[in-house]
Formats: sequence, structure tokens, C-alpha cells
Amino acid sequence: MNSGDAAWVLVSAALVLFMTPGLAFFYGGMDRSRNVLNMLMMNFWCLLTIPVLWVVVGYSLAQSPFENDLIGGLDNAFLRGMAIGGEDGGFGLLVMVFLGMFAVITPALISGAVAGRMKFAAWAVFAPAWTLLVFVPVFKWVYGGWLGQRGSLDFAGGTAIHVNAGIAALACVLVLGKRRGFPHAGSPPHSMPLVMLGTGVLWFGWFGFNAGSALAANGTAVQAFVNTFLAAAAAGLAWALVERVRDGHFTNLGAASGIVAGLVAITPGAGYVSGMAPIWIGIGAGVVCCYAVRLKSRAGYDDALDVVGVHFVGGLVGSLAVGLFSDPAFFGTENMEGLFHGGGVELLLEQALANGATIVYSFVVTGLLMLALKATIGVRVDDDVEQVGLDLPEHAEQAYHEDSAPASTAPAAALVREVVG
Amino acid sequence: MIKLVTAIIKPHQLEPVREALVGAGIQGMTVTEVRGFGRQSGHRETYRGAEYTIDFVPKLRIDVVVDLFDAEAVADAIVAAARTGQIGDGKLWITDVDHAVRIRTGERGTDALT
Repeated sequence: MNSGDAAWVLVSAALVLFMTPGLAFFYGGMDRSRNVLNMLMMNFWCLLTIPVLWVVVGYSLAQSPFENDLIGGLDNAFLRGMAIGGEDGGFGLLVMVFLGMFAVITPALISGAVAGRMKFAAWAVFAPAWTLLVFVPVFKWVYGGWLGQRGSLDFAGGTAIHVNAGIAALACVLVLGKRRGFPHAGSPPHSMPLVMLGTGVLWFGWFGFNAGSALAANGTAVQAFVNTFLAAAAAGLAWALVERVRDGHFTNLGAASGIVAGLVAITPGAGYVSGMAPIWIGIGAGVVCCYAVRLKSRAGYDDALDVVGVHFVGGLVGSLAVGLFSDPAFFGTENMEGLFHGGGVELLLEQALANGATIVYSFVVTGLLMLALKATIGVRVDDDVEQVGLDLPEHAEQAYHEDSAPASTAPAAALVREVVG
Repeated sequence: MIKLVTAIIKPHQLEPVREALVGAGIQGMTVTEVRGFGRQSGHRETYRGAEYTIDFVPKLRIDVVVDLFDAEAVADAIVAAARTGQIGDGKLWITDVDHAVRIRTGERGTDALT
């Protein structure tokens, strides 16, 4: 194991771990103040359960042996055979833990869609069950499995993570139903500063997500880092400009949403595209996602915090863009060339097939999992719980405590009358 | 006789109002964060292209308990300091207070105010 590679991938793994709390605050700020702790806990629940699941069977089923078409085996279950003394010096163990961070954040992405109405007990089962039933097989297909073998490309998880979690979010909300009053009763973000902070943490962590996926401290990692830098900026700029022209203002939420859409979109191509491609991909994702988030009120599905509009649509845009911009000559690799680099439409079709297969499998299995949960423990909180907010009934905690009496009382007058009473 | 002067003002007008009241010689005031609407009604916010109407606008409520003879002067001071001329400047009203007690000393009536 090369010490430079090991150092970079170790740091990257920690960066990717940091993305889950970042995502929690990105979503939590957008949520209502009475649901924010439920949102944070849905995300942190992934940090509690998925690492354990990952070392018990997840990693082995997802990656070992690498050549399997559909699903791995149990060779590395319970970390069997993963040592630091062998030929690879522990690099296998390092890759295992690096990928484990991706396994943590993928189900967490779905939490934004189900915000404000899902029973925590149902989420507690859903997150690990979904990881095992949906994330692990799709991850296998894309990395080493049949989709990867056909030549489709997904550098850091556009298809395996964002399209996969995005379409699963749609299946979830279709089973779960709308929040009370959707779409007429609006729920604006309760804390935009938290959203902006979460966005910053996500962008920072995403350098590990994308550049770390080179699994080496090399030129590919450098280009993936540059791409991550540029696509996020271009997409944030594009979204902000669309809102300025269309709605009249540069909004914080528009900038933040664009940054995340750009990060999602550059993920599949981070180690396959170069030059100005990340800027074009970022602009494309920023504009398309800015309009895609409006679909939910027209189509009537309540994707509370726009997981479908940002992660599914952004992932799809980015993944198909690889079919246009893939540039193996730049990276000195053997993969297929994109349409703009003389490769014809072959790669584009493979990208479409890989995403199509992921969409069908993820949507169907996620839907069935949610229906099974609905029939057993139930997926939806009671109406009164939804009304008072999930924090107190579901977690016995409150995010914000008033130091004094409620603001609506009139202290001076009330105090005087009470004393004299 | 004791009066309670209550004013609902724009949050940003608190500092000029406080200065005006201190200038008018008052000994204390109570400020409360409140929300409500008057003729100004609410305002609109836009998130991801969706418009939300915020029906209740944040305001500050000021309560000052004063001697009858100071009430008009205090009210005038608040009105002068809180006015911006824009819609949403707020309201002010004066009510009778039956009794007042300074908790620390037990002083009653107007003695409790000074």
C-alpha cells in the first residue's frame, strides 16, 4: 500500500463521513422548527446502523468478489479475510471503510423526502433494510457487476447513489402520502443559516466523495477535485440566475440548491470529464433541477425537501452527461469515449440503460419495502403528532427552548394584575 | 391614577423609542417580541420558486406603566420616535391600571413607579 494513497483515502473517508451531518443540517434548516430534531435523527440513525451493517454483510455483498454480476458473496462477511499484514497492507480494509461512508449517506438522502410525517420506528427499520435490499445490489451492479461490465461509467456514485436514492425517495412518498395541507399550506425553511452551513459542509465533504473515489493520490484525484470545485459553483450560479430572472431575487436557498445539484451531477463524471465540461454539466444541472423541483406540486407527490428534484434529476443529468463528455484520452484510461470526444452514442446508451435498470429496481423494491412496513408497524405518524411536530412525541426533545414566558403574553400588565389580584 | 401605555412598533424602531422614553424621564419599560398584522397585512417570501405568505409580521410590544400626568408625554415620545411614515408603523393605546406594587420594597401606587 502506497502511503500517499493511504493518507488521501483515509482523509477522504473522514470527509465523506462529515457529509451526513452536513446533509442533516441542509435538510434540518429547510424543515420546520418542530420537526428539525426528527430530521437530524433520521440522518444520524444512518450513522449508527449502517457502519455495523456494512461490516457484518453489507460490504461483502456489495463488493466481494468484485467480478460477480448481480450480488457479492459472504467471503468478507464480519470482515473475514480483511487484514493489514497481507499483500495489500490493509488497502482492502481502507476501501471497505471508505465505501462504508457512502453506504451511510445514501439512505440518509431519502430522509428529506419523507420529512415531517414518517414514524421514526418505520425509518429505523427502513434505513438498514433499504441499504441491504436496494443500495447493496445496485452498488454491486454498477461497480464490478453487470452494468459496470457493459461499460457504463459512474465515478463516485451518480447512478448507484443519487439516482438510486432519488427514485427511492419518490417511491417512499407515494406510499407515505402527503403532509397535511400540501401543497397549499406552505412550510418555509425554519432556519436558512443552517441550510447554508449544511451546504458548505456538503461541498467540503464532497471533495472526499469525488476525489477520494480515485482511491489514490494521483492525477485523476486532482481532476476530480477540480471538477467538484467548478460544477458546484457553475450550478449554484445558474440556479441563482434563473431565480433572479424568473422570480426577481437572488435567494440563499436557490444558491444552496444549485450547489448541491451541481455536486450531485458531477459525481458520476468526476474522474471521467475535464476542461470546461464540469462547468457545462453544472450549468445544465442548475437549470434543469431548478425547474424539476416544481414538478412535485404539479404532479401532486409530496417530496418535502426536493430529493427527487435535486438528487434523482441531478444524478440523471450528470450520468447522461458522462455519455457526452467522457474523455479517456485526458485520463489515460481505457473506458468508452463520450459523444463529444468521438465515441458516438454507445456510451450514452449504456448510461441510459444503467440508470433505467437502477430506476426500475430501486423504485419497485423500495415501494414493496414501504408497503411491507405500512402493513406491519405503520409508516405514518398520527395526525395530532404531525400537527404538534415530530420532535416532542417521537423523540421527547425540542430543538429550541424559550428562556421566558411565551412571546404572546403581556408581562407588564399581567404581572401587575396578578400581584394585586 | 396610573396608566399603562402599550405600543406595537417596528422592531428596528426600538432604539430611538428607548432613547425618547429615557429622555422623557421614564424609569423602566418592558419589551416583548410579538407577531401580528394590521393594515400592512403579511409579507411574501420565496423558496425554490414557491411563494409563501407570512401572515403575522414580527413586531415589538412596549409596555410602560406611568403616572396619569406623564401618560400623554410618554405616548407622544413613542409616536414621534417610532414613526417612519411607512405602512406598518404600529399602534399605541393607553389603559387604566388599578394598582401597582414594587416587588422588592412593597411600595404601592405611584410610589412603585419612581
